Amino acid sequence: MKLKLYLPALILALAVAAPALATENYVIDTAKNHAFIQFKIKHLGFSWLLGRFNTFEGSYSFDEANAANNKVSVNIDVASIDTNHAERDKHLRSPDFFEVEKFPAASFVSTGYEATGEGKGVLKGNLTLRGVTKEIVIDVKQIGAGKDPWGGYRRGFEGVTTLHLSDYNMVKSLGPAAENVELYLSIEGIRQ
Amino acid sequence: MLKNTRQTYGWVSIVIHWLMALAIFAMFALGLWMTGLNYYDTWYHKAPDIHKSVGMLLLFLLFFRLAWVTVNVKPEIMGQAWERIIALMVHRMHYVFMLLVMISGYLIPTAKGEGVSVFGWFTVPATIANIAKQADISGFIHYWGAWAMIGLAAMHAGAALKHHFIDKDTTLTRMLGMNHHTKGENE
Repeated sequence: MKLKLYLPALILALAVAAPALATENYVIDTAKNHAFIQFKIKHLGFSWLLGRFNTFEGSYSFDEANAANNKVSVNIDVASIDTNHAERDKHLRSPDFFEVEKFPAASFVSTGYEATGEGKGVLKGNLTLRGVTKEIVIDVKQIGAGKDPWGGYRRGFEGVTTLHLSDYNMVKSLGPAAENVELYLSIEGIRQ
Repeated sequence: MLKNTRQTYGWVSIVIHWLMALAIFAMFALGLWMTGLNYYDTWYHKAPDIHKSVGMLLLFLLFFRLAWVTVNVKPEIMGQAWERIIALMVHRMHYVFMLLVMISGYLIPTAKGEGVSVFGWFTVPATIANIAKQADISGFIHYWGAWAMIGLAAMHAGAALKHHFIDKDTTLTRMLGMNHHTKGENE
């Protein structure tokens, strides 16, 4: 008898609590450097040149039940570009490429997520780089999730996408083999 | 006569003076030219390698020059009091700007701890590295410092020609080693 009395309240409580429980919020673990924004571009068409952005921060929301709730937002300090060569990095920061004096920050804010398979999906969002905002599509794959040994809960993904330098007004010619750059993202988040 | 006197410059000072004058003007032109090169230009890597190698040699020569200046007497500057003050200031500023330009130049490629190869003969290791924006700030100082340096050199050259053609004194000729037989040589 009593159950009947409490049932509506219980259902209401569950309905309110469920979305909050289902969407997990994560902060990208840049503090302990378990996140990487790498890029590679062909050098003359002969090999890959690799680099990364050392300084960035971001967060994401993850919803196991409803992938449409997945969200990502990342801010990048463009001047932290690092290709392990001081003179090249200086050149990359110059107006020939990133023009960091004028455009010190880059950002990515997701606009949608679509699951394409088990632990896989397509993340759409706006990338703002060198003052240009363009929608890009990142292929995302979950690498793993679970409790870490230190009392936290982590979830990690990798993502790949290709950018065209000219889309972001980088018109300095590096030759026909180097018009696109491939991004590789390795992102581990700590659940809040 | 290797050392300076109160009247004239010794050969060591003369050779260093003209060698550096020549090299610095050439380096200025090379620097301006090479930074505008296209990525596919044959000289894209070669020109900066030469610029850095010569630059390091010039820095070592400058250290020697500064030591040489301190242990040598300085020939008396000619002209009126105000001319002598300005001349001395311009001379001193040459040293300041040479140091500034050469050291800031060295701090660009070494900004992340890489050394600078001097014609492949040896490598000058990095010392100050990994300062935030080191390469960019050094590059800025190097570029504008070089322009200031060239401006100073132009003033200096103009003054030397004025002394030679208008005042008709030995300011220029003594830097060419043409006054070594005049009196006072052994003072």
